[in-house]
Amino acid sequence: MIKIEEKIKIKNPLGLHARPAAQFVKKALEFNSQILIKKDDQILDAKSIMNILSLGLEKDSQIVLILEGPDAKEALKELKKILESEDG
Amino acid sequence: MGKEKIIKGIPAAPGICIGKAYVKGKETLQIKPRRISKEEVSKEILRLEEALSLTREEILELKKKIAQEMGEDHAQIFDAHLLFLEDRAFIEDIINKVKKEKVNVEYALQESVKKYINIFSKIEDEYLRERTYDFQDVGKRILKNMLKQKKAKEELFEKSIIIAHDLSPSETASLKKDKILGFVTDIGGRTSHTAIIARSLGIPAVVGTQIATQEIKTGDELIIDGSKGEVIVNPTQKTLEEYKKERERRKRLIKKYSFTKKLIPTTLDGKEIKILANIEFPEEISQVLDVGAQGIGLYRTEYFYMNRVSLPSEEEQYRAYKEVARRLQPLPVTIRTLDLGGDKFLSPIRVPTEIQSFLGQRAIRFCLAHPEVFKTQLRAILRAALEGNLKVMYPMISGVEELIEANKILEEAKKELKKQNKRFKEDLKVGVMIEVPSAALISDILAKYADFFSIGTNDLIQYSLAVDRADEKVAYLYEPAHPAVLRLIKNVIDAAHSMNIEVSMCGEMASEPIFIFLLIGMGLDELSMPPSLIPKAKLLIRSISYKEAHEVFKKVSGFSSPKEVEDYCIKELRKILKEKYEELAI
Repeated sequence: MIKIEEKIKIKNPLGLHARPAAQFVKKALEFNSQILIKKDDQILDAKSIMNILSLGLEKDSQIVLILEGPDAKEALKELKKILESEDG
Repeated sequence: MGKEKIIKGIPAAPGICIGKAYVKGKETLQIKPRRISKEEVSKEILRLEEALSLTREEILELKKKIAQEMGEDHAQIFDAHLLFLEDRAFIEDIINKVKKEKVNVEYALQESVKKYINIFSKIEDEYLRERTYDFQDVGKRILKNMLKQKKAKEELFEKSIIIAHDLSPSETASLKKDKILGFVTDIGGRTSHTAIIARSLGIPAVVGTQIATQEIKTGDELIIDGSKGEVIVNPTQKTLEEYKKERERRKRLIKKYSFTKKLIPTTLDGKEIKILANIEFPEEISQVLDVGAQGIGLYRTEYFYMNRVSLPSEEEQYRAYKEVARRLQPLPVTIRTLDLGGDKFLSPIRVPTEIQSFLGQRAIRFCLAHPEVFKTQLRAILRAALEGNLKVMYPMISGVEELIEANKILEEAKKELKKQNKRFKEDLKVGVMIEVPSAALISDILAKYADFFSIGTNDLIQYSLAVDRADEKVAYLYEPAHPAVLRLIKNVIDAAHSMNIEVSMCGEMASEPIFIFLLIGMGLDELSMPPSLIPKAKLLIRSISYKEAHEVFKKVSGFSSPKEVEDYCIKELRKILKEKYEELAI
């Protein structure tokens, strides 16, 4: 089992609302690993659109992704791509 | 019968309709908590699962239906519905409530929906607020399925005008289209779902009335004037007659001028002028072709970016641009790149804040600051240009560096397409919208880096005269005939001609008869205007001569006030048109 924690800054101009949020969750659901998202003192299951939207993540928000499972590394790589995309 | 009453809203789709109101219910079911025993818990959870899977089927079916009726893009909104429906946190929240609080599942669902809506409402984001409606919609559907309510297909027995707080895509999908005369909603703007549906069905709509569902009852007699944005409730016999007459008059007018479709706007002394159309939505194309426009001089693309969950993808834009290019082929279509910015971005309801960002990061400034957003649009245009006569135009250019930078990004977009082995039009024509005074003054410099100009007079006038037209106290200063404005325009026309590039005009000034007369005299040979104004503009041009117009221009160049200019143009045009003046110039 691999466990990774990584700090990420959201670069998407729209923050993590709407489509980027949906993309993120859809992608997260493709992996077997447990994926948690931490913002300030809240830690939530990242495989939920309700959780992601309720965090209200804006551009430049700092979050921590906590991944644990067989495909954690790959999941991190893919999810980071979405969070750091500047393409809306 | 009550008293006649007028409700004002936002004009979202033009036309007049008269008929009976059908008010769509708000369907606010209130579920009371019911205690359940420990043994009932698993039964309740099973009911949740059944309702979820029924709802899922329903949504998939709706998605398919919408995709067939209105295209894939409209159907995508249901992807968000599905994500909500299958959301782990949401479902677990409901199950936990049933287990811990020992309550019936309907109540648990209702409370969970409330909880999330409450969380979302605290986030300052127009976009998310829109999603809240989708989420509510999903919640309602699940509840209905739990209660085993047959989804009441709303039967309209006679043709009606639909009154609703807001219409969600799934609600419009369940309405019989041939029974709808028009739409009136409490909320929404010109790019809301209802507005788009109305325009594509060619029926009138007034949106954003705030109070329609409170003031109107099912069965009320209504008149909708979708062009003015007015709803008349319980009209008197007199008003009814007036509107019937007006409706007839419009029908006759369309017929009367239908012969102009094939006419080419050439002046009496043989100078050929081109008249193109301004459009905002692809639904307007049929009207453009009906009036015999010689192309589209301004295709605004902001619509793509508003009132939606996300930025439009390259593919989505490509499909839309391709459609417009194909249908107009071989006529030209000028696509203006995104003219939004800052806080206006993706927020249809907050349009008034536009004024604050007049001098801010909008249009090309926004695009240059977000090159990925810009490049996505450029790639779509480059590819679609293979399917017809497309050109691209940048708004709000104020200096040559911006133009060079925009062109550089266009080249990058080409490189990216090459890398992906996608075909595109190598030599896409690039134009500059001249709407900032600085651009008008250096148009000779800009001409070196552009294939054409289009003068956007609305902004050019506001910026030159430092007047905000929306501010009633200073609106009187907005003068298209101001000598400063005329000098700027003349400067642009001359620079374009001496550099041998095309120049057109797409602001409101280009559709006002006395200015058409004056502009032709200034040497402008291409005008772009709303399709409905084209028939008369054609007739006007065919009734004047370039020589006379040029004399008038020479004369007014020496005038010092806007009023002198206007009065003289009116006087001369009246002389030329004689008895036709009333018809063509007013």
